[in-house]
Amino acid sequence: MLLLLGVFLSLSLGRYSNDPGKVLNVILSKLGLNIPVDPAMISVVFNIRLPRVLASVMIGAMLSLSGAVYQSVFRNPLVSPDLLGVSSGAAVGASAAILLGAGLATRQIFAFAGGILAVFVTSLVPRLLRNRSNMMLVLSGIIVGGFLSSVLAIMKFVAEEQTELASIVYWQLGSLASILGRELWAILPVFLVCSTLLLLLSWRVNILSFGDLEARTLGVNVRQVRTIVIICASLLTASAVSISGTIGWVGLVIPHLSRLLSGSDNTRSMPITLLIGAIFMLLIDTLARTVSSVEIPLSILTGFVGAPLYALLLYKQRTRLE
Amino acid sequence: MDTLLQVKDLGFSYDGSRQIFKNISFEVRAGEIVCLLGPNGIGKTTLLNCLARLREPLEGSVLLNGEEMANLPARNIAQTIGYVPQTLLPSFDYTVLEYVVTGNAPWLDTFEKPGPEHYQRAEEALEQMAISHLAQKPYTRISTGELQQVSIARAIAQKARLILMDEPTAHLDYGNQLKVLRLIKDLSAKGYAVVLTTHNPDQVLLLDAKTAVIDQQSIFHFGAWQDVLTEELITAMYGVPLRLIKVEGIDRMVSVAPGL
Repeated sequence: MLLLLGVFLSLSLGRYSNDPGKVLNVILSKLGLNIPVDPAMISVVFNIRLPRVLASVMIGAMLSLSGAVYQSVFRNPLVSPDLLGVSSGAAVGASAAILLGAGLATRQIFAFAGGILAVFVTSLVPRLLRNRSNMMLVLSGIIVGGFLSSVLAIMKFVAEEQTELASIVYWQLGSLASILGRELWAILPVFLVCSTLLLLLSWRVNILSFGDLEARTLGVNVRQVRTIVIICASLLTASAVSISGTIGWVGLVIPHLSRLLSGSDNTRSMPITLLIGAIFMLLIDTLARTVSSVEIPLSILTGFVGAPLYALLLYKQRTRLE
Repeated sequence: MDTLLQVKDLGFSYDGSRQIFKNISFEVRAGEIVCLLGPNGIGKTTLLNCLARLREPLEGSVLLNGEEMANLPARNIAQTIGYVPQTLLPSFDYTVLEYVVTGNAPWLDTFEKPGPEHYQRAEEALEQMAISHLAQKPYTRISTGELQQVSIARAIAQKARLILMDEPTAHLDYGNQLKVLRLIKDLSAKGYAVVLTTHNPDQVLLLDAKTAVIDQQSIFHFGAWQDVLTEELITAMYGVPLRLIKVEGIDRMVSVAPGL
């Protein structure tokens, strides 16, 4: 309900017109009612604002859900798609596709390949060093992320300044300003299939969070379930990154917030995470395009909102983290 | 009596050359308590993990309900065998009930979630362990003794007929150690088979259990404690003089050090 209301309000806000009444009229007329409306308003609402609103809702949901899944599977409440290097990997993949002059579909595939490769390397390092502590995984993520940002820097260095560099920089900051309807259609199937699978497996994710050995004593096919779950989460992250660029903090903060609200049981916290993530991103993106006359990159806003929120959550959970 | 587990000529090695143990053969029947006794580092936990198929043995076989365990899917094994690890390392604060309900996992399909009847089964398991009052507490915020009980409750919710416990008393104070031993006795009286590792010979006597021992010559002994435990054996095993004495007044054998 809150999400629907948010979608409507966000549709109403923007530079062209801020009148919710007009937007309501436009929507009603589209539904077949005979109401006189401003044709320009129809175009603004359906061609400009709606794709963007839907994109922010989906991307928020995708990043938060994958963050929640990574945290459980890696038994580490500190990880997120950014920390594990998935986002950087996907950004490197997407940038490579831009340099090659490839289209949207290739960009998505490259982003996914980069993301899954990054998460694979990140989870490999603690295994090679035979130290599976939480700290090791976080450090490994920092190593992989650091390496990938250098790769990204090289790509920017060799990119053609006017066109390619601009596209790559636009990714890194994260923006939904030029989202197109067809980009939405490209990620919609991924969103639907992966989210459904993850929500169906949410109880098994609880069991994975006990660790390999314990999960096996409960008769769970750990390798199979974990592979499905990680691939789904990585697909979600990579798809989001492929159209919006890297957006930090969402995948870390929202799952924490949800667990605080609903408890740790993933059968409850995962759907809540999905919803809160969607609402949060919608809010952030609406702020991004309405607060000033210039578009504010999303990562700047999520950082400003996410970091203090995370600090607050840590404060609230301090007794549990011992 | 109903034979649950048959171990035949089991051997294990981590690297393929140095054998941790070999020629291990014994049986576990419903309602029996079996103690794997020995000092630290002798491979008790490794043997226990081989019984749960958490590790693959180098040689020999384990039959579960008469079927070769190597050919059974993990799910079928978990429908009979519950495992209570030495320590739980919780990373998320699930409530005790949410934790215990995961015992239903081997009875549910991959995409299935627990329904009311599964929660009820978890609640009954908590009741059996007399810890219903903990149900809504986060399992990160209860004592180690309570955590041990929660872990056993989950094995009960799992409908496991054989419960494996790795050093169930290791992290408990003296009172809680005795309480857990009492619980193990109760489980056996209800028909559960329990296999546990321990480094304390007196626990074998308290439990009146069958004993499995690997001695200094790597020879495996198995049987009722009266047939297996001797002063020579445990003295050699622990490298300190130990006595087995019948104590008048409490009417049981105890294993004690005669002095320092």
